[in-house]
Amino acid sequence: MRKLGTAVGCVLILLWCLLPVAWIISLSFKSQAAITNGSPGFFPADGAGAGWQNYKDVLDNPQFRRAIVNSIGISLIATLLSVIIATLAAYAIARLEFKGKKFVLTMALAIAMFPVVSLVGPLFDMWRTIGLYDTWPGLIIPYMSFTLPLAIWTLSAFFREIPWELEQAAQVDGATSWQAFRKVIVPLAAPGVFTAAILTFFFAWNDFVFGISLTSTESARPIPAALSFFVGADPFNRPASLLAAGAVVSTIPIIIIVLIFQRKIVAGLTSGAVKG
Amino acid sequence: MAAIDMKNIVKKYGDGFPAVNDVSIDVADGEFMILVGPSGCGKSTLLRMIVGLEDITSGDMMIGDRKVNDLAPKERNLAMVFQNYALYPHLTVYENIAFPLRLAKEDNKTVDEKVRAASKTLELDEHLDRKPANLSGGQRQRVAMGRAIVRDADAFLFDEPLSNLDAKLRGQMRSEIARLQKKLGITTVYVTHDQTEAMTLGDRVAVLKRGILQQLASPRELYTNPGNLFVAGFIGSPPMNFLPATVEGTTVELPFGKVEIPADKAAKVAGRGLLIAGIRPEAFEDASVVDQTRKGSTFRAKIDQVEWLGNTAYAYIPFEAPPEVLEQLQQLERDLDGETLRTQLVVSLDGSSKVAEDDDAEIWVDTSQMHLFDPATGENLTIDLERAGRVPALEQGHDPAEQVQAEHEVADRQTAAAESAEG
Repeated sequence: MRKLGTAVGCVLILLWCLLPVAWIISLSFKSQAAITNGSPGFFPADGAGAGWQNYKDVLDNPQFRRAIVNSIGISLIATLLSVIIATLAAYAIARLEFKGKKFVLTMALAIAMFPVVSLVGPLFDMWRTIGLYDTWPGLIIPYMSFTLPLAIWTLSAFFREIPWELEQAAQVDGATSWQAFRKVIVPLAAPGVFTAAILTFFFAWNDFVFGISLTSTESARPIPAALSFFVGADPFNRPASLLAAGAVVSTIPIIIIVLIFQRKIVAGLTSGAVKG
Repeated sequence: MAAIDMKNIVKKYGDGFPAVNDVSIDVADGEFMILVGPSGCGKSTLLRMIVGLEDITSGDMMIGDRKVNDLAPKERNLAMVFQNYALYPHLTVYENIAFPLRLAKEDNKTVDEKVRAASKTLELDEHLDRKPANLSGGQRQRVAMGRAIVRDADAFLFDEPLSNLDAKLRGQMRSEIARLQKKLGITTVYVTHDQTEAMTLGDRVAVLKRGILQQLASPRELYTNPGNLFVAGFIGSPPMNFLPATVEGTTVELPFGKVEIPADKAAKVAGRGLLIAGIRPEAFEDASVVDQTRKGSTFRAKIDQVEWLGNTAYAYIPFEAPPEVLEQLQQLERDLDGETLRTQLVVSLDGSSKVAEDDDAEIWVDTSQMHLFDPATGENLTIDLERAGRVPALEQGHDPAEQVQAEHEVADRQTAAAESAEG
């Protein structure tokens, strides 16, 4: 009885979460005409199916192709830089005693809580003056500054869990501080590093506000912003099926990245280091 | 292989608190040196200064003929076994042991040879591919030792390596460590708070209290000729009995009656008034089982409790102590991390003794083994300096009262620190 209840609960939650996704997929396989006419069924009615045509159209669109490249490039670079900086910063925060440590942590938290939208205006002005407007760095920098705090907090929690003796043991074994960090600390903090990486990548990949405000051409426009420019021939009749196909395409890299990183997030990696 | 020579080592923390205070210890090449003392005595700090994980405030740390004060741990070529083993959990046992060799950029063949040799010595062959998480406590301990012996280190340092093991395993690993050290003939410094480990393993033992070296001597010397009350109370189990005593001529008045002591001892304490007499439990015996020809005194006392263990029996005899002695004994108990219980005499009787609880028994005591201590400074007045190793407090230029003062300051600071930590 209890098992049955758990199963039913799981199914309900899955339905709740995945129904919109399923619906988007369903839409992406219907023809534009079928959607305009109203097509209530989950599976396309006879003659209303579009097959892979929507996907072909989306991928044939040079603007969208360019947006995919932009999104992948910008998100990956922002993730990489953010994780590297956060790892070093978190390590310092977890291991060293220095003046202003509390200040750094509080400021990081304050930045994380700052509403993103309120910064768009000033950034827009600044970037235009500096010349970062509509460039990759123009998006990478805000993404980094908004994901760093969370990454630093996550990682410093992970670093604090690692027994300090491990690092000292490595030093006694003949390692320099850098070797001890690279060969002992970083491998042990790997789950934290990958968690931080996933969070950062999500933020960058899903961002719309910066993407739409700080770009004007396809030279830096990411996917979410590019989708909003899919207007088709008639501005009052948006190509819903094309948009759906674009949305599905844009979730694929996320799924791949999560599947890759998920394997690395193995909890309890430090067990066995010291007597528990 | 190298000797380790510590000269006037001082470690002060940021607030000026001396965790290690003017300690000089010379560890000879190949010697097994034990650092022992209750918690907070600075023994681990001293060990970490040898290996380079703590800065040295002042003094010289010599390894071989190199002064290593300012060298990083990796440049000191020492191997250390940590209290919690500190194994690398992401590496297999093989790679854990090989870690120092990999850092030294040895080629794969050499690494393999050395790791196999170490794992053979420690009987870890069948575990080489496992991760530390899947090992038992004793196996982890052996891996930690493997990581130490695989390199040609100048010395081994152990930081309470057995404190995380259960009693049986501890005994096995203790003899294992002793065997390994003899086999490799390597200079070893071993920190422990366990006096059994200290007595059985060490060539020499350094007893520390609140950052100050109390005595540096062989286990036998420590046992038979303790330099002061603290060492006397710390070494030996059950601990030495401390009784208020007044000496007149060669007669010592104890709470249970008068006993005679040898003239040479009496001469050393003549005219000192109230003293503390220290007598080990095994210096007593049931008078009825003692060979009449053995020299000694007897007294009568009411037995409060008897613990019969087969080969021996411990009898407990309570006594009253005057306040000035009582205070010193309570302070001593605190120094030894103990609780102050009532003052009682513990005597070790032969297993064949028929003494029972509530008996009014006649007890024999071998007074030649009695020590007499100054109640104010704790100094052993009847010490045989020829057979007591080094007692810094009794050396030229040292004033026992000054040391007591320094220790009290440390004690006050520790109490204050503990209180502020709680608050």
